Amino acid sequence: MHREKRLSALIAFVVKEMRHILRDRQTLVILLLLPLAQVVLFGFAIRTDVNDIRLAVVDPVPDAVTLALRARFVGNGRFRVVATVPTVAAAEPFFRRGAADIAVVFQPGLAERLARGTGAQMQLLVDASDPNSGTTMQTYATSVIAAWQAEQPGAGRGVRIIPQVRMRYNPTLESVNLFVPGLIALVLTLVSSMMTAISLSREKERGTLEVLLVSPLRPWQIIVGKVVPYLLLAFANVVTALFAAWAVFQVPFRGSVALLLGASTLYAMVGLALGVLIAAVTTSQRAAMLFALVGTMLPTTLLSGLIFPIASMPLPLRLISHIIPARWFIVIARGVMLKGVGVADLWMEIAILSLMFVAFMTLAIRSFRARLD
Amino acid sequence: MTLAIDVQRLTRRFGAFVAVDAISVQVKTGEVFGFLGANGAGKTTAIKMLIGLLEPTEGSAQVAGYDVRTQSEEVRRRIGYMSQRFSLYDDLTVRENIQLYGGIYGLTDDEISTRGAELVGGLHLDGAHDALVGTLPLGWKQKLAFSVALLHRPLVVFLDEPTGGVDPVTRRQFWEMIYAAAARGTTVFVTTHYMDEAEYCDRLSIMVDGRIAAMGTPAELKAEFGAPTIDEVFVRLARPAAMAGGV
Repeated sequence: MHREKRLSALIAFVVKEMRHILRDRQTLVILLLLPLAQVVLFGFAIRTDVNDIRLAVVDPVPDAVTLALRARFVGNGRFRVVATVPTVAAAEPFFRRGAADIAVVFQPGLAERLARGTGAQMQLLVDASDPNSGTTMQTYATSVIAAWQAEQPGAGRGVRIIPQVRMRYNPTLESVNLFVPGLIALVLTLVSSMMTAISLSREKERGTLEVLLVSPLRPWQIIVGKVVPYLLLAFANVVTALFAAWAVFQVPFRGSVALLLGASTLYAMVGLALGVLIAAVTTSQRAAMLFALVGTMLPTTLLSGLIFPIASMPLPLRLISHIIPARWFIVIARGVMLKGVGVADLWMEIAILSLMFVAFMTLAIRSFRARLD
Repeated sequence: MTLAIDVQRLTRRFGAFVAVDAISVQVKTGEVFGFLGANGAGKTTAIKMLIGLLEPTEGSAQVAGYDVRTQSEEVRRRIGYMSQRFSLYDDLTVRENIQLYGGIYGLTDDEISTRGAELVGGLHLDGAHDALVGTLPLGWKQKLAFSVALLHRPLVVFLDEPTGGVDPVTRRQFWEMIYAAAARGTTVFVTTHYMDEAEYCDRLSIMVDGRIAAMGTPAELKAEFGAPTIDEVFVRLARPAAMAGGV
């Protein structure tokens, strides 16, 4: 047929799809506000400023230096001394109960060692079960000690206290700005995979899909018509998330906005293809929703490096993470946003996502056809 | 005389199971053809092949003058289809559903609005043009779905149990709509489980175990089986099969 007719058929279908989306106000509002809510909630939940740090002091033999340093911690305002004990073992219960966040462990005879010019040491023990605040607390404590040292007459002559830091409970550390790129991945997965899967499987369940397939529309037109409105929605979500991150938290944006939007579109297309695939292989809306949840949302949250660093996963999970699209998107988004890198450094991730899109879409169209039989 | 549907030894196998076994059916243009059969006799499989949802394993079928296997798109443009499940969108208005199907079948905006107005007027739904379809009573919905399936003036319309769950008065009105469509030259291919409806058909066939066990006008079939009603004919044909397969 006549190209214009085919185009107008596709347009009629897209219009219908948009009407579905616009008519379901509640879902629409949730989808539009979701990125905002997520960025704000996550942002405040993993805020970098740490106040009211509960400090345990381990001071076996108090002397002039240890007392001076202790006074510095008290006077700093961020620290609150919750215990002063003679041994590390005595500080241990405070950590286990979660009553202390950090312990300063002084060496016996600290003043004497400093005076003699022999190496003086002290230890910082940090509860790093929340890695982000762990790092921050460590930085604050180190800076208190450094500030004191800088004021001493011997400063600069090489006689100094060297703090040894031990992060407890979680030795790997994630930086805090990393969450925004991950959230974009999460929102895009939700809108593209899950919403497409639900909306397409609804048509299947209600029997309207059959009527569409009997019409002159071709399978690809049905898929494109389904996907285009959600692509627009996904695009709006990325913009909202970026805006919220910038406006509320001043998350840096060092690279090209166009590149990030392009990559987001590519990632959304992979998600949409997955959504179509899920709808093709499931027979009910409910199954499609659960499938999308377990098959896309869960891996995006847990295996993509969004929350848990991939490097610290056991080998099998590390291997599985390679087939999670979000893993590659997050590398792109973090690279563009936080490091300002360009296509030259990200071509591999972009190529992998493109390949995934082609593969999933081919599979989707094929199983879509096969399912008719 | 032209044939709207010409089916020759059409067969569909699923593995070793023969769902449709070399059936041959000819339907004339403007005819109301009843396609009967017990559940599982192969009716749905046969219809799916005729409307292009399923590839035939063997045999040939021409619908509206085109081969369903090789000219599927030409066929699909010339047929209408109303499935046994409701085929309109509940969350769209009457007008929006009409716009959708008109658009899909390549009608112009003018055609959509004039035919849409006619359609709504014909159903006495004038006040409900902008009502959500989901708020209409079932009988109205079914009549609306049938009218929408005819919106692009198809040569052949396939109705798969169109009156399931509908009250007797609405069923009667529905059949009046079917006759009106046939009078305008549209060929109607309809499946039903209501044997009183079967009596309304110009001709009908009864499928048993993937084969066509009987075909003719209602009067011919009743005479052939010496039965007073089509219901009786149907039960006689379908029962041996059910007893052989069922127990």
